[in-house]
Amino acid sequence: MSNAADVSVLRARGLRKQYGKGEGLVRAVDGVDLDIGAGETVAVMGPSGCGKSTLLHLLGGLDRPSGGEVSLHGRRIDDLGEKVLARMRRTAVGFVFQAFHLMEELTAIENVELSALLAGRSPRAARRRAEELLEQVGLADRARFLPSALSGGQRQRVAIARALSNEPLVVLADEPTGNLDSAATLDVLRLFERLHESGQTLVVVTHDARIAATADRMISMRDGAFVDETRLTGGTTGRLGALVGLED
Amino acid sequence: MQQEVVLAMLAKEPSYGYQLRARLRDALGPLGDTMNAGQVYVTLTRLEKADLVAVERSADDADRSDRKVYALTPNGQQRVAEWIAEVSWPRPDLAEFHLKLIAAAAAGLADPLTIVDTQRRELLRRLRAAQRAAMAEPDRSDAALLLEGIVLRLQADLRWLEACEQRWTSRRRGS
Repeated sequence: MSNAADVSVLRARGLRKQYGKGEGLVRAVDGVDLDIGAGETVAVMGPSGCGKSTLLHLLGGLDRPSGGEVSLHGRRIDDLGEKVLARMRRTAVGFVFQAFHLMEELTAIENVELSALLAGRSPRAARRRAEELLEQVGLADRARFLPSALSGGQRQRVAIARALSNEPLVVLADEPTGNLDSAATLDVLRLFERLHESGQTLVVVTHDARIAATADRMISMRDGAFVDETRLTGGTTGRLGALVGLED
Repeated sequence: MQQEVVLAMLAKEPSYGYQLRARLRDALGPLGDTMNAGQVYVTLTRLEKADLVAVERSADDADRSDRKVYALTPNGQQRVAEWIAEVSWPRPDLAEFHLKLIAAAAAGLADPLTIVDTQRRELLRRLRAAQRAAMAEPDRSDAALLLEGIVLRLQADLRWLEACEQRWTSRRRGS
């Protein structure tokens, strides 16, 4: 994407993250350039330990880079003060994690509305938004359940609703189907598909090929760096016939 | 299309060719879209010559195959029973790809990791297409089950590619 600079929701240049020193130096992220356009779904794939989770943390301001820049909607975030950064994380970025990270003592709807409350919405507005989102993820009838009474797939859908509660510029998902069975994975895929259709910008790091395959763009990562990138749009079912012996 | 498939679709009851096509369409969903309309009739004609099906009756004395009701002959019934009992399973040709990596690396023709990346792109495109087709199917459709099979096979192939990637990465580091 050559002219992406002016439309990028998320942009990274020469991004690096290192741990340790000398012999024990680990280059977890080693010189990454990235442009995510508005409404794009991008998957970053790679084996465990390739640095993709660290990259996601840097992109969302959960962690500070050792070098390079990250901009969200044209604004540098890598050099923000802690307080400003925390506010930015709460309002502009939605996070989805493999282990859901829900508050176990709060109900589904309380989990969702909490992030709106923290971002400064009125209790009424936060509640209304949370109800709307739980409806969207198909869990309106589970609103008063504690996470412990929900299945893994349902918990992840609550977490996705929470990530959306402040209408973030971008949703960052780290291995969102890592703890889910096949049916629950399909629910999450369908949900991401709908988010994509509604124009939500989405970055997913995963080693689940199914979720990577729903992206517009797939980037392969090895040893902290991007090694391959491909556009996945434009597939046809015609070619699929060959896989089941219907075509030559 | 395998002759036995058409034969087996006829085992339920004597049928017109268009009824067989409808059964195939239901079972295959979007995968059946590539099926040529004439294929079923060509196969039926072959099966008739081989005495595996017979024309039970024609709507009039016209010789058009789309006006005939086909039924299994005793030979046809036996062939279907054998086919159902047969153990067969399509094999993806992993050995060819494996040897391609070995040969490319040994002769320095290409970087095996580049070959892996290219293959992964192609498989991911197919996975995307299969998954979208599966998500578009109504719940409990027969075609969705077939599409799930494709998705699972592609996932297995992609996992193997991951293993190839790891092996060839560590070889490169080691050398």
